Amino acid sequence: MRFGADAALDCVDFRLFPGEVHSLMGENGAGKSTLIKAVTGALPLTSGVLRLDGSVVHFGSPHEAQQAGVSSVYQEIDLLPNVSVAENIGLGRERRRFGVIDWTEMRRRARSVLRDLGLEIDPHSLLGHHSLAVQQLVAIARAISTDVRVLVLDEPTSSLDTDECAELFRVIRDLKQRGVAILFVSHFLDQVYEISDRITVLRDGKLVGEYLTPELLRIDLVQAMLGRSAASLRARQRLQLVERSPELPYLRAHEVTVGSGIDSASVDLIEGEVLGVAGLLGSGRTELARAITGLEKLDGGTVLIDGRSVRLDGPRSAITLGVVYSSENRRTEGIISELSVRENITLALQAERGFLRRLRPARQRELALSWVDALDIRPADVDRPAGTLSGGNQQKVLLARLLALSPRVLVLDEPTRGIDVGAKVQVQNLVSELAENGLSVMFISAELEEVLRVSNRIAILLGGRIIDTLPPEELTVDSLTALVARPDDLA
Amino acid sequence: MTTLTAAFRRQTVAARTRTFLSRHASLMPTFAALAIFIALLIGAQLYFGNFVTPRNMSALLLDNAFLLILAVGMTFVIVTGGIDLSVGSVLALTGILCAKLLSEGVSPYLVVPLTIGVGAAVGLTIGVLVQYFDVQPFIASLAGLFLARGLAFVVSLDSIRVEHSGVLWLQSQRFEFGDGWYITPTGILALLVTLLGAFVMVSTRFGRTVYAVGGSEQSARLMGLNVARTKVLVYVISGTCGGLAGLVLTAYSGAGYPRNGIGTELDVIAAVVIGGTLLTGGTGYVLGSMIGMFVYGTIKTVISFLGAEQSWTRIIIGLLLLLFIVVQRAIVFRSESRR
Repeated sequence: MRFGADAALDCVDFRLFPGEVHSLMGENGAGKSTLIKAVTGALPLTSGVLRLDGSVVHFGSPHEAQQAGVSSVYQEIDLLPNVSVAENIGLGRERRRFGVIDWTEMRRRARSVLRDLGLEIDPHSLLGHHSLAVQQLVAIARAISTDVRVLVLDEPTSSLDTDECAELFRVIRDLKQRGVAILFVSHFLDQVYEISDRITVLRDGKLVGEYLTPELLRIDLVQAMLGRSAASLRARQRLQLVERSPELPYLRAHEVTVGSGIDSASVDLIEGEVLGVAGLLGSGRTELARAITGLEKLDGGTVLIDGRSVRLDGPRSAITLGVVYSSENRRTEGIISELSVRENITLALQAERGFLRRLRPARQRELALSWVDALDIRPADVDRPAGTLSGGNQQKVLLARLLALSPRVLVLDEPTRGIDVGAKVQVQNLVSELAENGLSVMFISAELEEVLRVSNRIAILLGGRIIDTLPPEELTVDSLTALVARPDDLA
Repeated sequence: MTTLTAAFRRQTVAARTRTFLSRHASLMPTFAALAIFIALLIGAQLYFGNFVTPRNMSALLLDNAFLLILAVGMTFVIVTGGIDLSVGSVLALTGILCAKLLSEGVSPYLVVPLTIGVGAAVGLTIGVLVQYFDVQPFIASLAGLFLARGLAFVVSLDSIRVEHSGVLWLQSQRFEFGDGWYITPTGILALLVTLLGAFVMVSTRFGRTVYAVGGSEQSARLMGLNVARTKVLVYVISGTCGGLAGLVLTAYSGAGYPRNGIGTELDVIAAVVIGGTLLTGGTGYVLGSMIGMFVYGTIKTVISFLGAEQSWTRIIIGLLLLLFIVVQRAIVFRSESRR
């Protein structure tokens, strides 16, 4: 396959071989999505050609690509929660007799493809009843239920936990055996190394190179992606804890219980310190964050701020007390894509001030510009719709919005999810800097390495309980992994 | 031993209930509507003693035949996440047009297709506005509402009596069966439309695409379903049902009147929602809408049995609607929290 699409992608050559997993790597904005869209027919090529099995093909729509055997599974699950699993797999290519859908056949086929994936679910059941991970696997089931020759997986693992990932990889290997060409995109280097045979690196819409995985050292891969020395990435030192009356934390959650998610968890958030929260998907890490920021009602326990017990009956009261929260769902609970960067940044501040004390546009602009500058948001155009920014920059806009409120406690839920390595490091450094400036930060991430790097203390969550709080010096990625992955009955 | 089997049975019942719920959670509001319908009938029978009679039940279908036809079309539109406010006016326009043309001696073989065609044309206009000009369904169909109502007054300012025997036959012919049960051609027509609608929704690709569009338009498009055609077609179906209902109403009342059906669109929407269709789209059943229609019709009959003001119908329907919307929200919340 060889093509050059629009300006976002400039004369890039890309090859996919049957029976091989090919990873596409690059920072946000490197042109990965554009390349995927070009391959799957979602975007037309400006120049260049696409060849399938040696013959030139033109895909006018994703549907045409699917019919030619090119299926894709996207990061955001593109399925229908309101209809059954079987329909989600079979709709659009169901067998019909005189226009009547053959339901028996559709369910039979769904059941067989689900069995191939090792997924034991009722094809009759509504898709919306299943977890995100299962939905993701159903999306893959849909993609492979036809005669698939090329399977594009765009960040398929971002909502999966370790076991589910392993399950997915088993499926990928199986498909590989069957001679399917697989294009895999992930931000997790571990996963890329585990699954792929070949790696192509893109940077700024240009091809950097194509490598065989065993021949490419990690450090070289990162360097190829960033185009600068990766040494600078590792350089950040762990900051020293500034002693600051540790006996009185700014926010103390005492035996907080929320439904089935969190069971009498206690955490202290101390000013000038980053508290890392390590735990698997479903360990209650998000519930904990939402509980101490007033988004979930407490079923038990208390939250103390400055030693006084407070009632948090919504994010508004939390904000008044200086506790702000950034959601793990950046697109749905964070950035408002249609509004400009400026409006996104000043949104919360304006809400806090009330409509009577309106921020003048000039003042908004000034504020936004200063944050864009301080957090190095790119492109530095405050009038751009925020939705057009890359994931990493959207995250920074979100941070700017919260920081504009001059908070005392910053709760960040997966702030680096789905953003590239370079932006990740920037966000991590920013978090450390904020803590050095006296802010108290709660940092939640599924990437244990990252938690180890930024935190002063690490709370380990397991099945809704905090089983231990340890300083990072006493932990390694391996020992931390062992702690968070401990089976429940040993906890 | 017996306790063991009993426990075992209880467990399988629980498991079956769970399976059923995971498959058909969205049917719950429809079942609730059915329960209310049955409770209404039982309550009325106990109170009046002569409510559930073949005569009364037959009349329930016949008096509401035109509403039932409208509700079927409306279900298609609402399941895609749209709304069609024009149906009441379309009802009036096609009704008066039908009466006018018949009074001028045009053959009914020409009048009937023309009447239905006019309804479909209004629907098509709304559908095209919604799909290709990206107009909100509320606004597009509001335009349709004014347009059709205005045109109805252009056709005639006063009511026009229908004297054509063929059209009146639709209502006057009573096929009696059993012990006082009867049905007229208009009733048969309404039932046929309902069955056809239910069949199309459940068993054709178009029907499933209607659900897909209501679930997520973007996903439906990526699945290779024909979203554009479907979105236009649901309004055409609703308009066609409007035309058919106009015809049925004209036969039922023996006249066309340009002020017919003012506010009917809202009655129809209420019936559809009570029948278990979510206004946000994606979930709903044609047969549910029929039950919703019967609930509506029964309340109306009960009120007139009581000899009370018909405004009580509105009040009770309003309360029911409120209740159902709350129930639906509760169900949606529960299924979201389970994830």
